[in-house]
Amino acid sequence: MAQRSRLEEILKAGSLEEILGTAVPYPKEIELKGELTRDMVEELSRIKNEPEWMLRHRLNALELFQKLPMPRWVVGIEELDLENLTLYSKPEIGKEVKDWEDLPENIRATFERLNIPEIEKRFLSGLTAVFDSESVYSQLKGEFEKKGIIMLPMEEAVQKYPDMVKKYFGRVFPAGEHKFSALHHALWSGGVFVYVPKGVRIPFPVEAFFVIGSALEGQFEHTLLVADEGSYIHFIEGCSAPMYKGFSFHDGMVEIYAHRNATVKFTTIQNWSRNVINFNNKRAIIEENAYVEWIEGSIGSQITYTYPSSVLKGEGARTAQYVVSLSNGPFMKDTGAKTWHLAKNTSSKIVSKSISANGGINIYRGLVRILKGAKNSTATVSCDSLILDEESKAYTYPHNQSDEPSASIIHEATTGKLGEDKLFYMNSRGISEEEAKSLIVLGFISEILEGLPFEYVEVLKKVIELEFSEVGGVG
Amino acid sequence: MLMLKVKNLHVKVADKEILKGVDFELASGELHVVMGPNGSGKSTLALTIAGHPKYEVVNGRIAFEGEDITGAKPEERARKGIFLSFQHPVEVEGVKIIQFLQRVLKNLRGIDEVEAYDMIFRAVQELGLEGSILSRELNVGFSGGERKKLEMLQAYLVKPKLLILDEPDSGVDVDSLKVIAGVIAKLHSEGTSILLITHYGRILEYLNPQRVHVLKDGKLVVSGGMELVKLIEEKGFAAVDADGTAVKA
Ligand SMILES: Nc1ncnc2c1ncn2[C@@H]1O[C@H](COP(=O)(O)OP(=O)(O)O)[C@@H](O)[C@H]1O
Ligand SMILES: [Mg+2]
Repeated sequence: MAQRSRLEEILKAGSLEEILGTAVPYPKEIELKGELTRDMVEELSRIKNEPEWMLRHRLNALELFQKLPMPRWVVGIEELDLENLTLYSKPEIGKEVKDWEDLPENIRATFERLNIPEIEKRFLSGLTAVFDSESVYSQLKGEFEKKGIIMLPMEEAVQKYPDMVKKYFGRVFPAGEHKFSALHHALWSGGVFVYVPKGVRIPFPVEAFFVIGSALEGQFEHTLLVADEGSYIHFIEGCSAPMYKGFSFHDGMVEIYAHRNATVKFTTIQNWSRNVINFNNKRAIIEENAYVEWIEGSIGSQITYTYPSSVLKGEGARTAQYVVSLSNGPFMKDTGAKTWHLAKNTSSKIVSKSISANGGINIYRGLVRILKGAKNSTATVSCDSLILDEESKAYTYPHNQSDEPSASIIHEATTGKLGEDKLFYMNSRGISEEEAKSLIVLGFISEILEGLPFEYVEVLKKVIELEFSEVGGVG
Repeated sequence: MLMLKVKNLHVKVADKEILKGVDFELASGELHVVMGPNGSGKSTLALTIAGHPKYEVVNGRIAFEGEDITGAKPEERARKGIFLSFQHPVEVEGVKIIQFLQRVLKNLRGIDEVEAYDMIFRAVQELGLEGSILSRELNVGFSGGERKKLEMLQAYLVKPKLLILDEPDSGVDVDSLKVIAGVIAKLHSEGTSILLITHYGRILEYLNPQRVHVLKDGKLVVSGGMELVKLIEEKGFAAVDADGTAVKA
């Protein structure tokens, strides 16, 4: 009952601070910081007691990181000085964690504040909680374990299922793609491995929740999700950080492999506090007649770069990528989606909706590529931008290319502005400017909200309402 | 009691003076008509009373129930009981009508969502509207007539103290006109004070106004009874000149 009232508390909160909380100091067992060297990577691998192959994987990635140039499209993260960051931070947990009660008070409170344990109990098939660099809690409900579903902290999977991990890890999203994927592979820590066996359908979502506990930290968690033939899983990823001074850096990765006829839904709701520089690397490989749906919701952070990507590898493979980005205040989201059609009869759909307010900037960067031979493939891209005032901006940089004559790409883009007359119409009905904005924003993204579970929709609505309330805006 | 008092109102929009000293009073429960040629400033008057930020009051004042509201925000005016039915209601993409109406009823009448839901469905039936409009977005893709009817549905639900109607009869067919006039008559009979801006006399066949004002070039040139409407219908606005002398003659 106490937990249930936490949802009510969240829905009644007067500011984002009340939801996110402020950072509290907590004991750390190990920290690695300073110049990023071979020694540091070796040290990290030693701490994790890793097999030789993983150490080699990290060192290769490190070399690539040192060689690769800063990508040209990265702007605005001049502040990022890796040497100042703690690149690995292991909170002091102590004994084995079987229950929330086993976690140190401070860490548990952080998750309770976000209502995570209650959501797990009522609503999920399994949950992994990552705090800073480590997965501090990971439980799969017993009935699902019996069906052969695996859900483990990534490090544990490296130890227990090396063959399976080797087969996919870094194969979907290789280290050498760009500087930040290389950095990720060199330093990855925490995250979760999920395997769904052939024909198994997980009825309730599985969630991973990530928290960065304090400033000047880098988080490099790795999620690997393998859906075997004909299986089904809905994976939800939540991100949050308490408010603190200084910034943190997030360079996470998600690799998904959807085998024949599998369905994977992957939902991210990112509400980092406004001092996180957020970099995501997300990609799925989709085999014959399999389907992967991404929902990428970016609300928080100072700057976010995220482009969920789908590789339609098998005949008849399908994907949908829904990307929602809110930049409210002096923040930026550089988001979009990437899709490669490699086989016949594949189809893709990208729906991007961005909202810019109070000086916020949104950039849509998208890629659709249909290769020669991907006969009768279809792609649709729709990009809607909503700009709520004169100071805010939205840009779209779509790149659509088809080398296959029988394929088609349809692209639509709209830009809506909240003009004075629309606002006045709402005002004249007793609706204040703040209320009008949250109504318009929620309406604008309603198509995407419909695909989310009720609990999440309620909290999201609240967060958006607070974003536009006079007191709640976070600067 | 005085519902609305407009005193020496001068209004500028886009740096041009549109209203050049308008005076009139509307007592509680009365229905007044404002007529005038295109571009004379009728909509400017309506939008200024409702508090549109683009319409700058450079002189004069507006009082509602004895209280000066010249500088009040539009949402405050709405909460005090002023409702403007727009000549050109705008499209607001993304906002579903049912949710919008629920919010309006909550803000203006303190009615909770569930009760509002029932009320809204009943009102839609009473006005003979299609229930399906409730799931559409606010005015998006609506014809002129549909927009006017949605304005009336809102007024009917809100039951304002003062209803300002800016050409509720333009661009609507005969059947819709009856519905619209019916709502106005009903609200009036229930005590709502009404300022009706119109271009034609036809809607007045269904109503019973106390007074008619004629606005020309930003000034009320003459006020009188229904005989003014007849004169204008027969001879056009030219029959009333800037000083109102043509009428007197
Ligand atoms: N928002 C506006 N911007 C610029 N000019 C306007 C605006 N609103 C009204 N006007 C001008 O003010 C004058 C009166 O317009 P309006 O009040 O709409 O007249 P009416 O409703 O009597 O037809 C017109 O010349 C019109 O062009
Ligand atoms: Mg007009």
